[in-house]
Formats: sequence, structure tokens, C-alpha cells
Amino acid sequence: MDTILEGGFSSPVLNSQTAFRAVMDALANPGTVQKLVAPLSTHRRLGPELVSILLTLSDHDTPIWLDDTLRSDPAVTEFIAFHTGAPVVAEPGRAMFAFASAAAALPRLDQFNLGTQEYPDRSTTIVLAVEALTGGEQLVVRGPGIKDHGHINLVGLPEDFFAQWSANRELFPRGIDLLLVADGAVMGLPRTTRISEGH
Amino acid sequence: MTTTAQYNFAYLDEQTKRMIRRAILKAIAIPGYQVPFSSREMPMPYGWGTGGVQVTASIIGPDDVLKVIDQGADDTTNAVSIRAFFAKVAQVQTTTRTAEATIIQTRHRIPERALQAGQILVYQVPIPEPLRFLEPRETETRKMHALEEYGLMHVKLYEDIARHGRIATTYAYPVKVEGRYVMDPSPTPKFDNPKMHMSEALQLFGAGREHRIYAVPPHTEVVSLDFEDHPFEIQHFEQPCALCGAEQVYLDEVILDDAGGHMFVCSDTDNCEERRNAGFVGSLGVQEAAE
Ligand SMILES: [Zn+2]
Repeated sequence: MDTILEGGFSSPVLNSQTAFRAVMDALANPGTVQKLVAPLSTHRRLGPELVSILLTLSDHDTPIWLDDTLRSDPAVTEFIAFHTGAPVVAEPGRAMFAFASAAAALPRLDQFNLGTQEYPDRSTTIVLAVEALTGGEQLVVRGPGIKDHGHINLVGLPEDFFAQWSANRELFPRGIDLLLVADGAVMGLPRTTRISEGH
Repeated sequence: MTTTAQYNFAYLDEQTKRMIRRAILKAIAIPGYQVPFSSREMPMPYGWGTGGVQVTASIIGPDDVLKVIDQGADDTTNAVSIRAFFAKVAQVQTTTRTAEATIIQTRHRIPERALQAGQILVYQVPIPEPLRFLEPRETETRKMHALEEYGLMHVKLYEDIARHGRIATTYAYPVKVEGRYVMDPSPTPKFDNPKMHMSEALQLFGAGREHRIYAVPPHTEVVSLDFEDHPFEIQHFEQPCALCGAEQVYLDEVILDDAGGHMFVCSDTDNCEERRNAGFVGSLGVQEAAE
């Protein structure tokens, strides 16, 4: 295990900018795969993609929720405290960002902060590590940022993701936004994206 | 030590950038909705588009190529200063050519040349709230957006028709984004409204004094408000650009002399120059070349 002092970005200012653009492009073009910047080193369970987004977007103003695996690992919480200063909250409903190392560890989407009708921007952004961004069952995506329609082939989504996502979509303008990560890359599914089966 | 070493990259500190970046991400996720953010003081007055400058500073990287326009022109004081600012604090390459830019910061126009996938258009917005002139209280306008209560806006536009026989609004003409939020496209002429619809580019809006950021992702529906019996129409110009002969572009009137002489020329100076370089000549363009 690395010491907590290690493992940040090699060039914090420029790497954060590059990683942010990847996340921004991911949410502006839902379903596309955007390459992330790798941090210097990572922890056992907090993969490089989670670290990259953590370093780019969180700080002491952003309460974050961690799944049990991450939260019970002192090396992870110390790393987060040292590099970001972000307060870790136990209730998903209070989180501005949620980090999950696997789909099985993620509560139902509606357990997170869904924002309010007047301030829908206050909802949680969930960052979920999946097994792979490509190679899985094909789903069709439509909505803002997508020309006509696109395809996603994720591996490792939550059990009844399809139904949960539809319910989230129905809440618009409220709802969570999702960043899926694997293999050094990120894919965005903002609340506006409609997902259906088919081709 | 170089001058730039006194600043953080792109001027803003990292905490401020993170805060603005988070606002941009939520703005993209909720197209047309105004996300509040804590605007920072910039080394320029508010009238100079500090909201747009803060958005640009939060997204720009060393590989970007920046273009800045003011009323369609690259050579106004405002545009030149903002370009010089980013060349200094972010060491980015700048350009006047729309096709070469990765980020275009704008006040009052959308380039004539269709924007491409990967390009980002950053608008400087003075008044982000389209309902403000109907309802001065922020708590009320926020409620109206929350409840999708846009009846007053339609009443205002219809009053225009009753009074003028048509919708008189020609700038900051309100649009509806993805069938949900009514949005102020910033004081661009309504001529440019159709360019926002299903654009290939990402459109980001920053209002510094009003502390708001909003966005329109690529391939997003942007519809100008109108009525069945009075459909939305863009401005039409009687004659083409006097310098390059372009039609279907937005023209500015230029006064030539005290005797009332005037001509209409492209507001988009890059588009005009590109056309003239390609050999297109307008009615007064020939005379100019002959002098
Ligand atoms: Zn012209």
C-alpha cells in the first residue's frame, strides 16, 4: 500500500483540467467513452478512474458517499481526506458525489439526493466502477448530446438498472447523474438520457 | 521568472475552477436550467463578460485554440483583451478563424460557419433570467421555472403582436430547451436562434454579475417561442454583404459619410474575410479594391 502522500496527479493543475474535459465530454455526449488521466498510483479498491474523478471534482465543499468496501478501508478514507478534504457522509441522500467500487455495493438510485424541483442541480453525481464500458448487452440511448441515437454495451450494471434508470428519467428535472468508469475511461449518463432495449 | 508564473494556470485558483466545473456539469445534465455559482472577481469589469471568462478559464487547457468575438468581430477592444488575457495566463494559441478554434467565447453573435463536433461556444451573458423583466423576484422566477409556468412569457410576446402586428423582440429572443426550460439565448440577434438548435457544438453560458451558468449540449432541441398564427421568423436583409456578397448572413449597417451614405456588411468578420479571400466580391468590395 502506498503512503497517503502519494497517488495524486503528477501535474495537479493540468491533469485536473484534462480529466475534467473528459468528464464534461462524457456528460455532453452520453454513451461515448472518454479517456481519463491516470493518477500516479492507486489503492487496492479505489481504482485509478475513481481517483482521477475524485481529485478533479471533490474538495471540502463536496460531501461524498463511499460504498462499504471503500469506507471501511482506512487507506482510502485517509487518501481522500489528505488529497481532497472532502467530508465523507454515511447517508447517500446527503452526498454531492457518490463513489462505488462495484454495482452490487450501490444502493438504489432513488436513495441518493435527487435535487429539488427548484434546485435540481443539487442532486448527487454517482461515480460507479463497472467491469467494462464495452462488450456487454447492447442498449440504445437517446436524448440531449446524442445525434439521433447511440449504443452502449456496459458490463457490470446494477441488477434492475433498466427500471431504476427509467424511474430516474421520469423525475426530470430532478434526478441523479451517472458517471461509469472502467479501463482508464469514463462514460456519462446524465438524467436526460433515455435508455431502451433494441438496436 | 516569467510574468505568467505569478498566476495559476488560466488565472483562477483550483478551488474556484472545481466549483465552476461542477456547475458546468450540472448545467449540461439539465439543459437550459440556470445553475447558481459563486462568481469571482476577474481583472476586468463586469461589462466585459466575466461570466464567460470564468467559464472559459475553467475549461481551457494548453492544447486549446481560442477565438473571441464581440458582435461577430474579432478585433474589438473587448475581444482583443480577452484573447490577450488567455494567451498570457493560459499560454494558449489564439485564432480569428472559426474553423480552427476549439473554444469560441462570444458576446452577441454565433458564427455564420456551422460549428463542429468538439467545438465549445462560451457565451458572455449579462441577464440570464428570461423571466426577469416579467418578475423581478428571484424566488418567484425560480418557482415559475420549477412549475414550468411560462404563461406570462407567452402573454408578453402576444402583447407584442397586438401592438406591433408581430413579435417585436429581435435580441435575446426566448427559446425553450428540450421542451422544458425557457432560456435566454443572451443578447444575440434572433437571427442566430436557429443555429442553437441541434448544434454539433457544446454551448455554455456564463453570467458573472448574476452568478449563473447554463448549457445546451450538442444535438439538443432549442425552439424559439412563437404562436401558430405568428410563427417565429428570423430577420431578413434586403441586399447581400457589400464587401463579400454573402446572403443569408447577419449584416451590420456601417455609416460611410455625413451625407447618409451607408452600407450593410457581414457582422461575422471572419466569415466575410474568408469569403473575400476565396474571391467573392460584394457591390462595394470592388470599389474598395480599386482604390
Ligand atoms: Zn461579408
